[in-house]
Amino acid sequence: MNKTIASLAEAVSVIGDGASVMIGGFGGSGSPIELIHALIDKGPKGLTVVNNNAGNGHVGLAALIEAGCVAKLICSFPRSADPVVFTERYLAGKIELELVPQGTLAERIRAGGAGIPAFYTPTSYGTDLAKGKPVAEFDGRPYVQERWLKADFALVKAEIGDTHGNLTYRAAARNFGPLMCMASATAIVQVSKLVEPGGIAPESVVTPGIFVQKIVEVPNPAQEEDLNRAGARYP
Amino acid sequence: MTSEKLSNAQIAWRAAQDIADGAYVNLGIGFPEMVAQYQPPGRQAIFHTENGILDFGPAPKAGEEDWDLINAGKKAVTLKPGSAFFDHATSFAMVRGGHLDVAILGAYQVAQSGDLANWSTGPKGVPAVGGAMDLVHGAKRVAVITEHVTKDGKPKLVERCTLPLTGVGCVTRVYTSLAVIDIDGGKFMLREKLGSMTLDALQALTDAKLHTDGTVGELKVPALGG
Repeated sequence: MNKTIASLAEAVSVIGDGASVMIGGFGGSGSPIELIHALIDKGPKGLTVVNNNAGNGHVGLAALIEAGCVAKLICSFPRSADPVVFTERYLAGKIELELVPQGTLAERIRAGGAGIPAFYTPTSYGTDLAKGKPVAEFDGRPYVQERWLKADFALVKAEIGDTHGNLTYRAAARNFGPLMCMASATAIVQVSKLVEPGGIAPESVVTPGIFVQKIVEVPNPAQEEDLNRAGARYP
Repeated sequence: MTSEKLSNAQIAWRAAQDIADGAYVNLGIGFPEMVAQYQPPGRQAIFHTENGILDFGPAPKAGEEDWDLINAGKKAVTLKPGSAFFDHATSFAMVRGGHLDVAILGAYQVAQSGDLANWSTGPKGVPAVGGAMDLVHGAKRVAVITEHVTKDGKPKLVERCTLPLTGVGCVTRVYTSLAVIDIDGGKFMLREKLGSMTLDALQALTDAKLHTDGTVGELKVPALGG
């Protein structure tokens, strides 16, 4: 078994118009910048993107939105230090937003990966974000029904991967990565270091390879924060 | 009326005095982050950040940031011995699952019922919620730190929130620039107030009725600058 893909371009070549794409990262931490930029080069239209945020500056997710690839964004916090790209498009009615509380977003993705079509959470009960959703009482407290979230693809950044797709993550860059690998039909992962099977101790594997379909090595990946401080734009 | 009130640092200091040694604590982004600076000597709380770190420490020096080590406000932080990383679903299991001892959040409005409005000032602009609606459920105590009134002098402690709600009946204690108030049985129970302030003067700045059980302490804090 070998899930390795030789190039970023080949790794994202399967993503076509109208696809749903989960993109890992919390702000710049864990953002798969190189995979996103390869996707911009391919240039699909009408994507539905799932991410915690809506991009910062003019690189990564912000650049994907700026390139006109994204029709709908599902996220919890579409603000950042420099949110101009999303903000302008949203206020002009050119991009759709589904706002989801952060913990609900994470659990919907986890549920999608775990085969749980819906669950109940106390989060958002009695608020505008619960409107139209079923409510039920358990042990005397009201809870809101939320549905699973799945996607055609995930773009995820990990630290070390083996050719079977087993992954470790660097520091807090883990965030949505393990969940999105589970919840997508095709998880495409960039790793800083690619190793042979056995190169990661089984006790250290965070995402087991069963959740990963394609893996591409990107040594020394860019950090969104560093790119933004340097005033970078893509393309 | 009085011109005397606590600074943000002093409000944060007062809130920090109620955090026990070993407590697991989430501080909302912005003003609540200040609470971490004022832990009483000998006590060490363990701070949780939604993006997946337990037991993080203060910001590193400029130039020493690691942008994979950030807090929920996307500011660089450091690690302490014994820290841990985890994914986002696990992080919010800590929140919703009742594992945090305290969450301390900011507020636009708090109602006497414990309802909180702190995520949206209305339909204009880009809506953003983040973890606010999750954090108000699950922590054993949900406390708010806030100015007692808005910048233009309107009460923030109200009978009923007029801004979009973050959560219903979730706040248990409010630390303001003038007072410490518990929410108990749908009422604001005044626990402490500045010594220079009469109950009538405080009530005039509060939309909902302030109740007491006969013993209102003096809200005393050190001079902290800030």
